[in-house]
Amino acid sequence: MTEQLDDMYRDIIMEHYRYPRGHKEISEPDLANQGHNPVCGDVTEIKLTLDGDRIEDISVNCVGCAISVASGSMLADMIEGKTISDVRKIAEVVRALIKGEEIDTDLDLGDLEALEGVRNFPVRIKCALLSWTTLVDAIEAREVGQTVEASTTE
Amino acid sequence: MRTGFVSSDLASGDARVPDHTGLSKEAINRDFPILSRKINGKRLVYLDSAATTQKPQCVIDRIESYYASQNANVHRGLHTLAEEATSAFEATRDKIASFIGGVRREEIIYTRNATEAINLVAQSWGRKHIRENDRIVITRMEHHANLVPWLVLAEETGAELEYIPVDSQGRLILDNISNIIDSRTKIVALTQMSNVLGTINPVDEIIEVAHRRNAMVLIDGAQSVPHLPVDVKALDVDFMAFSAHKMLGPTGIGILYGRESLLDRMEPLIYGGEMISEVRYDSADWAELPWKFEAGTPNIAGAIGFAPALDYLNSTGMDKIREHEIELTEHALDRLAGLKFIRIYGPTSSEQRGGIISFVDSEIHPHDLAQFLDASGIAVRAGHHCAQPLMGLLGVNSTARASFYIYNTKDDIDELVSALRDARRYFIND
Repeated sequence: MTEQLDDMYRDIIMEHYRYPRGHKEISEPDLANQGHNPVCGDVTEIKLTLDGDRIEDISVNCVGCAISVASGSMLADMIEGKTISDVRKIAEVVRALIKGEEIDTDLDLGDLEALEGVRNFPVRIKCALLSWTTLVDAIEAREVGQTVEASTTE
Repeated sequence: MRTGFVSSDLASGDARVPDHTGLSKEAINRDFPILSRKINGKRLVYLDSAATTQKPQCVIDRIESYYASQNANVHRGLHTLAEEATSAFEATRDKIASFIGGVRREEIIYTRNATEAINLVAQSWGRKHIRENDRIVITRMEHHANLVPWLVLAEETGAELEYIPVDSQGRLILDNISNIIDSRTKIVALTQMSNVLGTINPVDEIIEVAHRRNAMVLIDGAQSVPHLPVDVKALDVDFMAFSAHKMLGPTGIGILYGRESLLDRMEPLIYGGEMISEVRYDSADWAELPWKFEAGTPNIAGAIGFAPALDYLNSTGMDKIREHEIELTEHALDRLAGLKFIRIYGPTSSEQRGGIISFVDSEIHPHDLAQFLDASGIAVRAGHHCAQPLMGLLGVNSTARASFYIYNTKDDIDELVSALRDARRYFIND
């Protein structure tokens, strides 16, 4: 069990938790959404600016456990400079990784690989997905010309 | 960082304090088989009784013996099995009536849980008696189960929902109580013991004020009835809701106590079999109390399995249980106060609180803390405890919560305290 615990709380996760990336304010975002996990009360707020279809700048402000904060930080790291369609692909791979599902990809996930330890703790999967769900909901709404006000992990 | 995961020797050292008021170690081991279980290689330290309690062997045995030798539907058969099942099912009702102070058996309604009991009052009594501009009074420390039903009722009827405030120590502020419970107030619904803060509320005082205004009072006894001697007659309360599974009994069986004169005039909430006296093609008459509110096949095994739980509590004595929990709570408050990184919520005096302690670590999120404790065999709850508005009032998103019962010992608390220290080493190299 300690091994499983260690596998979830990897050094790289704890590093992101203590020094989360994207922890800032964006005053005039092109896309924004808030997400919360009703199970534990964790909240995240994501804002980004776009240059055409490319993400120019992103902020992730997550108040939560080590897993949800680290995952949000890695999200900020990973998607800055990517296009919207890249983000959708990455989000799909991350979701599969966290849930322990097989997925065929040659994508280099970098630090995000560390999230695979979460799969042994089903209750924590939602923590790891919080920021990703929040971002993907905002993107999907934008694609059909709508906006979202809030997302939940439920 | 992770090499810091060592089990402290505090819990196994000579500093062990004997328990004076609790069950003996032998009784705990004999009566609660689950507590011999190892969790992640460690002795299970179960500190989540406010969520649900563990079951003694006598309850487990009774459910098995009912299914193995008496299984039948109740109230509708003339054969031996049906008679035995019915008589055991109804015998529990008598035990409950006597357990809460000797009320009439007609005043004890079986429900699924305390939540359903509260909903029954809100929807049956409430819809009949609450009108626009009436007032419903609850408190700022209610569980969602005693908040959402009134929120919905207020919205449906146009009544006003007013809250009794809570101070920084998690106690009700009663200074302004006669203005809050005003002449428009039709019902006051409040918990006798907070599931988050452990606060024991002075319900007698509030009942007196409410009755002076001719308002009804519903007590959410989900946390109090299992842990305190509760006498509904002495309290002179109108409705009380509680749940078997939080007092050594099975899940799926809750209780609504209601004053007979009130229940008599209430409409059933669910219609069907077993709640009727006569059905015609164009009309139907309701059964007598308590069956009017018990449509359909009930949780027979649950009710029957609840009886030995009540016997167990009676033979231990509710006064003794309260005394034991005061001792545990004092020990826990004392030991936790020694951890500078832990902040405790709720009253600081054990007289004003039950064995429920919510706390946060200054740096470790409750979720991470609970996960770490579980790896050490310690079960606590982490989250908003179905009291989101109260969390907002406390200025947190969630807390960790340790809660005690009859089978906990000071060793359990010492193990918690030592694991909280270990968690600091694990997460922040402290």
